Amino acid sequence: MTGFLLIDLAIVFGQLSLLAFGGANSVIPEMQRQVVDVHHWMTPHDFAALYALAQAAPGPNMMVVSLVGWRVGGVAGALVTTTAVLLPSSILTLGVAGVWYRFKDADWRKAIQAGLQPVTAGLIMASAALLIVSTTVDWQAGLVTLIAAGLFLRSKLHPLLILAVAAAAGAVGLVG
Amino acid sequence: MSETRPPETRPDPSVFDLFLGFFIVGVCGFGGVLPWARRMIVEQRKWLTPTEFTEMLGLCQFLPGGNIMNVTIALGSRFRGIPGAIAAIVGLMAAPVAIVICLGAVYDQYAGFPPVRRAFVALAAAAAGFLLAMSWKIVAPLRANPWAVGIAVCTFVAIAVVRLPMVMAMPVLAIGSTLILWRVRA
Repeated sequence: MTGFLLIDLAIVFGQLSLLAFGGANSVIPEMQRQVVDVHHWMTPHDFAALYALAQAAPGPNMMVVSLVGWRVGGVAGALVTTTAVLLPSSILTLGVAGVWYRFKDADWRKAIQAGLQPVTAGLIMASAALLIVSTTVDWQAGLVTLIAAGLFLRSKLHPLLILAVAAAAGAVGLVG
Repeated sequence: MSETRPPETRPDPSVFDLFLGFFIVGVCGFGGVLPWARRMIVEQRKWLTPTEFTEMLGLCQFLPGGNIMNVTIALGSRFRGIPGAIAAIVGLMAAPVAIVICLGAVYDQYAGFPPVRRAFVALAAAAAGFLLAMSWKIVAPLRANPWAVGIAVCTFVAIAVVRLPMVMAMPVLAIGSTLILWRVRA
């Protein structure tokens, strides 16, 4: 592994950071294009496997970035891609959030804020729907999603307990 | 629109509180971090009211980068400036990066083992249910305003059904929504 490889990783993922409007999932196609077609760091099959693995791990849905970095450049690669994908967008957010907070009583900010609320709600529902489409591999998986959603809303059970029971049900062959 | 509260109950997390809170979110965050982050920030530690959280998330969705990473940065810096932002984001990322690398290392050996594969399928399905439940909590307060419901439905259709590119759809939706709600109120 060379320093040039780490620099290439930093450049690719630094750009993805500023392209990721609407979160990580919006840049997955571009990430695959860069990693597979442009730089030939892995096959499309490898990329899909890493993506699925990242979905199963805890953490933000950007975790595929760390995995790709690890596969290409080891632990150093993972640290480089993770930092590269975080830094540009974080600096932008720091600046914008500061201004936004300072003008919290301004009429124009209140108007924009009120306007953003329903769009935010629609976006979250859209992410949930798209995620459900990808996780519903059969009717049992769909049933798990519905039961889990009901329990999360109506019961006081700890979310981790619900997830653990679902995983165990899968392991013993009730689902999947 | 944010609710006012008496000064003595105003939250004041330290840099370490921010690190710890987001560290736990990172460890727990199976299937995406948003539901866990909202649970910690709004329901458990009460750093933000539900309205403040939705407002902050709304702003962060319009900036590039992971939504929850942006929320983490914005919230950390609101309470403790740049050190707070760094503590919060390092807390959020530390455990997941370590875990995902370990998962990658063992993946090749066990991927073909059916119980492991089926456990992941079921885990992903339940995690999707978690996100569905949390999105309902964010949508529910809008029900009083039919215009807001209409805009939320339009956004949902544009992104999830028509699959318009986000960069194209969001400016139109955001500006349209702001103008419509401004008009209705005036």
